Amino acid sequence: MSLRPADTSPQETIALRRSRAQHRPSMFLRMLVRGVRVRRGRALTALLAVVVAAAVSTAMLNLYVDVEAKLSREFRNYGANVVVAAKDGQPLPPDALSVAQKAIAERGIAVPFAYAVAHTATGRPVVVAGVDLEGAKRLDRWWSVTAWPSKPNDALVGTRAAAALGLSGQPFDLVYNARTLHLQPAGTLRTGADEDSRVYLALPEFTAWTGVRPSSIEISHTGTSAETAALVQGLQEGLPKTQVQPIRQIVEAEARVLGKTRSSLYAATILIILTAMLCVLATLTGWIYDRRADFAIMKALGASEGLLRVLFAAEALSLGAVGALLGFAIGVGVAAWIGRVNFHAAVVPRFSVLPVVFTGSLAVALLSALFPMSLLRRVQPAMILRGE
Amino acid sequence: MFARLVYESFRRQKRRKLLAGVAVTLGVAVTTAMIGVATDIGDKISRELRTVGANLVVTSSDQALDVKIGGVNLKPANDGGYLNEVDLPKIKTMFWRNNIVGFAPMLPVTVSVSPSGSAAGKSSAELVGTYFSRAVRSGAEDFVTGVRTTHPLWHVDGSWPADTSRDLLVGQTLARRVDKKPGDLLQFDGDEYRVAGILSTGGPDDERMYAPLALAQHLLGRPGALQSIEVSAITKPEDDFARRDPKTLKGAVYDRWYCSPYATSIAYQLQEVIPNSRAEQIRQVAQNEGTVLSRIQGLMLLIALAALVAAALAVSSAMATAILERRGEVGLMRALGAGSFSVGAMFLAEATLLALIGGSIGFAIGTGLAHQIGRRIFDQAIVVQPVLYPYVLGTAILVTFAGSALSIRKALRFDPVRVLRGDA
Repeated sequence: MSLRPADTSPQETIALRRSRAQHRPSMFLRMLVRGVRVRRGRALTALLAVVVAAAVSTAMLNLYVDVEAKLSREFRNYGANVVVAAKDGQPLPPDALSVAQKAIAERGIAVPFAYAVAHTATGRPVVVAGVDLEGAKRLDRWWSVTAWPSKPNDALVGTRAAAALGLSGQPFDLVYNARTLHLQPAGTLRTGADEDSRVYLALPEFTAWTGVRPSSIEISHTGTSAETAALVQGLQEGLPKTQVQPIRQIVEAEARVLGKTRSSLYAATILIILTAMLCVLATLTGWIYDRRADFAIMKALGASEGLLRVLFAAEALSLGAVGALLGFAIGVGVAAWIGRVNFHAAVVPRFSVLPVVFTGSLAVALLSALFPMSLLRRVQPAMILRGE
Repeated sequence: MFARLVYESFRRQKRRKLLAGVAVTLGVAVTTAMIGVATDIGDKISRELRTVGANLVVTSSDQALDVKIGGVNLKPANDGGYLNEVDLPKIKTMFWRNNIVGFAPMLPVTVSVSPSGSAAGKSSAELVGTYFSRAVRSGAEDFVTGVRTTHPLWHVDGSWPADTSRDLLVGQTLARRVDKKPGDLLQFDGDEYRVAGILSTGGPDDERMYAPLALAQHLLGRPGALQSIEVSAITKPEDDFARRDPKTLKGAVYDRWYCSPYATSIAYQLQEVIPNSRAEQIRQVAQNEGTVLSRIQGLMLLIALAALVAAALAVSSAMATAILERRGEVGLMRALGAGSFSVGAMFLAEATLLALIGGSIGFAIGTGLAHQIGRRIFDQAIVVQPVLYPYVLGTAILVTFAGSALSIRKALRFDPVRVLRGDA
């Protein structure tokens, strides 16, 4: 049986076909595109499913990778996680602060603290602390301070100290080694701990008055527990005459909470990705199954089983690829939004997630295309075409 | 007839129901598990954060001023007010008693110790009397508490002293200074005491030694006295409402404040039950716990929301697919004279039945899943409140409806003739 017009030779026909083939995409591609375009509604539903699944998976994976950094930052509000202390009453070596600052680089802050016991005009003892006020403000964010000292001779007075010493806003005198310092209370400090019983001064003023040098440096270092442990070791080697210790209660609680949050998130990620995969599977299966008439016609026209499989798989794969890319973009947006709403800092898009989402989408799409194919294979084309 | 149609459809078209049914079941299971985890994670993480240490401290209301540097108390021991040991069990009678994880009394005494028996090189050290792990009777209830509950991260080399003994727990820095190991005898105030264990905390506690409360009271000559109580309580993150002064609140607002487990309201209640006391939140612990908690809770809630959306989409797309497959049936029913309304009603009835069955199974699976997640991650089951059941089921029905409605409308729009001829 030949559809070729009688007046053209076979050679001409082949030439004609070749020239057409140059202008038009191959039959395979045309069928692929048409298959999507003709049933636009169903194809769009299937695409939407892939996009949503890829978006949710991307967002979850992004959050999962980023949550440790985000929560670790929250834990830095607990203040110092490493302390450099002088051994047995000696002052710290003068270069201790610069060594510590160099070791932590930009990933945290180091704040020196100096202490002395002074007496009030009535002879009551009170602990006076000299501190880098700007540093303390950033290090100890839980301090509830009415007003930070800004002028020389301003002091920050703990609530207990203020009540016990009868300080209510008036200037007061403190005596240390027979040297009197006239101070103006700038604000009160409330922490619920030892700080409440102290008077805080700016470090230069404190040193000029008492001659006492800092006895400890509190360091807040942002990083994983391994990085913090490395910092402790590095500092101990750099400052052999001091004692460098992690504040274990903070470090360990952080590790525990981070670990458990990550595990919860992991469980959630798996569950959600499973649901999303099911969504894709349901829709794509329906889409392919819906086209059993196309399948039957092609088979009736002589298309081989293998060719059909390749065609349907290619359709599903292209849907999976487009959906994965769109979904990835949306998912990154969702993750960034969650980061902004919840952590007040954007979650950085991780492109390392893209290959995972992409391959995952393709695999699920392929799976959902092959499943209905195996159902259809056993069916006679004639039965489908007759609508049975 | 209607019921028979629905029944037969379920009996005969099992395969077509299966996909939608699985989708509903899985969607509901995931949603239930995620809601369970999201609502319970605050409580679970809160318990983890309690390992940081006590978040409330009760002291005498007398205006005493501590002179403490780096954990060493430089003040003469006999000044300042004391609390009474007999008041301790009252903590377990207050409104939020079940949120109190534990408490430990503290009574510091300054003693002078010398390394290895020699009289030379005497130095002063702080001995703190406390409960290690002691049963406190309050009403009919026995409650075991002490530093082992409030400070779970304390590491002890050797053994913990018994609360009835005269043994000591010596901080590692102090132990190095006086050269003692577990089992050695330590002399001070003309007597000898056994060192049961060496304590390592990584904080100022390493400079102290801990002893049973009775021993410290004996050394100080003040039976029944204690200086402060450290309380570890599960609290709710602080918000603007928590910071209000209870004295300015009236009636129902006051009740609401009093009945919320804020650190501030628990402190207020502690102050009420313990005479002459002043309770304060340790801001470093309490405040930061609040931020960390609200971040994690917020994260999990947003994720539960994402799970809900994903599940809803999965269910509705599965439903849509299931109905579109059945265009032929719709055409047949229409050709036999069924109106759009009765066809729609039949499909919706089927969807409801599917949602009820799938939803119930899904809820059961989700509860089990949440339970497992809790066990695996937190060593403690997460309980999904049964109250959620009707809500979850209602949502499942709503979502299946939403998924079906569009496809039913679409199926009804097709011309019955064309559908039956297989042209659509």
